[in-house]
Amino acid sequence: MASQNAAPDQARTGKVILAETDVHRVVDRIAHQILEKTEGARETVLFGIPTRGVPLAKRLSARIHAFEGIAVPVGTLDVTLYRDDLRLKAARALGPTDVPPGGVDGRRVILVDDVLFSGRTVRAALDALGDLGRPSSVQLAVLVDRGHRELPIRADYVGKNIPTALSESVRVSLAEIDGTDEVKLYGGEVQ
Amino acid sequence: MIKHLRDAGDLDAGNATLILDTARELARLTGGREVKKLPTLRGRTVVNLFYEDSTRTRISFEAAAKRLSADVINFSAKGSSVSKGESLKDTALTLQAMGADAVVIRHGASGAPHRLANWVDGSVVNAGDGTHEHPTQALLDAFTMRERLGRLAGLNVTIVGDVLHSRVARSNVVLLATLGAKVTLVGPPTLIPVDIASAEVSYDLDAVLPTSDVVMMLRVQHERMNASYFPSAREYSRRYGMDGARMARLPEHAIVMHPGPMNRGMEISPEVADSPRSTIVEQVANGVSVRMAVLYLLLGGK
Repeated sequence: MASQNAAPDQARTGKVILAETDVHRVVDRIAHQILEKTEGARETVLFGIPTRGVPLAKRLSARIHAFEGIAVPVGTLDVTLYRDDLRLKAARALGPTDVPPGGVDGRRVILVDDVLFSGRTVRAALDALGDLGRPSSVQLAVLVDRGHRELPIRADYVGKNIPTALSESVRVSLAEIDGTDEVKLYGGEVQ
Repeated sequence: MIKHLRDAGDLDAGNATLILDTARELARLTGGREVKKLPTLRGRTVVNLFYEDSTRTRISFEAAAKRLSADVINFSAKGSSVSKGESLKDTALTLQAMGADAVVIRHGASGAPHRLANWVDGSVVNAGDGTHEHPTQALLDAFTMRERLGRLAGLNVTIVGDVLHSRVARSNVVLLATLGAKVTLVGPPTLIPVDIASAEVSYDLDAVLPTSDVVMMLRVQHERMNASYFPSAREYSRRYGMDGARMARLPEHAIVMHPGPMNRGMEISPEVADSPRSTIVEQVANGVSVRMAVLYLLLGGK
């Protein structure tokens, strides 16, 4: 199923960038980095952005617990109502928003998403977060950074930098949603 | 998603469920937090065009639009150009010229929203037209049932009272059939229409109570009492009013609903209206969430 390197047509089958073990290793590394950069995840809350940011945030919390025995609360933050492209696309179903007990006031919030691309989702997330309260600081963790930012936004924790062309697309699969852990790059010619 | 919500028939099961799911997230999102406003419809204009008196529906739509940051223009026929004789079409063209993205209309004539939809570019939302339909009321009723009872498919819903003149009942019959609930209409034979296909009819309230999951009481409209639809208010109340004794015959989980405004002591006794089984206050709160969902989904995108 996976790991057909040098696929003849990347456009259709996709090229595997991170296989299952790579995804696990990358999540472990981000968990360690969070512990380093946040004084042992003190006063920290993870917020997953639906859809695939949510299982990622849960995994990070679970790994941090496994490494250091610290329970980092996990929330979810749906940004649909804060997007700047609502007029351009058909209305979308909303994802859940769950704020863990204790809220966000005065805490360090780490936003978690699968792919960082234009930066517009993160901008929307910052606005959504602002309506929930006033965090002491906000950081961003992503599994994949594929470049092509349209806003002055950067990630604090990056699993993997993937240089891409605009015509290409990155697809993240996670076991909780897609049944498998994998990151694939699809070429743009056919789509 | 559809563009207009003219009647409950505009909604298939998928769209109706999407509205209910969206309303649920919106209720969770705005409940219990300081900033209730969302930026979603910033810069959009919603016109409330009310040709009939209404308090709760108009306020509910206004609150819904404002929580989504839309600009709201309230237009009531009293004291406006309508009292000078302006037609619905000319009013519609005026609104069109002002750039309304959505028009919420309540009108005494059945079918007014359908006509309006042909004249304006924006979305039209029916907030009650004559004795025809009131689809957002049916949506908030369905939402309330689903929140309280966990599902809609297979529920036995009994609608009691003046079904003939009730746009609430008409919308509920259509929407609940779409969502898989079973509706029974109960009332005096003079107030039950003959053309309803997707519901059962009974003239005996006590007979259907033990199998009802939901009992929806309709308001007795005072203007009907003089028109000999039933002999007296007291007789109506005894045969079709919901009181403590009747409530006791309902299954334990059953709820009692009322679209308001209610006549306490007439179709519903205070004992029932104020009991934990009554959802009357919840229905009002849910109305705002459901109308937010409708505006968001109709106005989202192009």
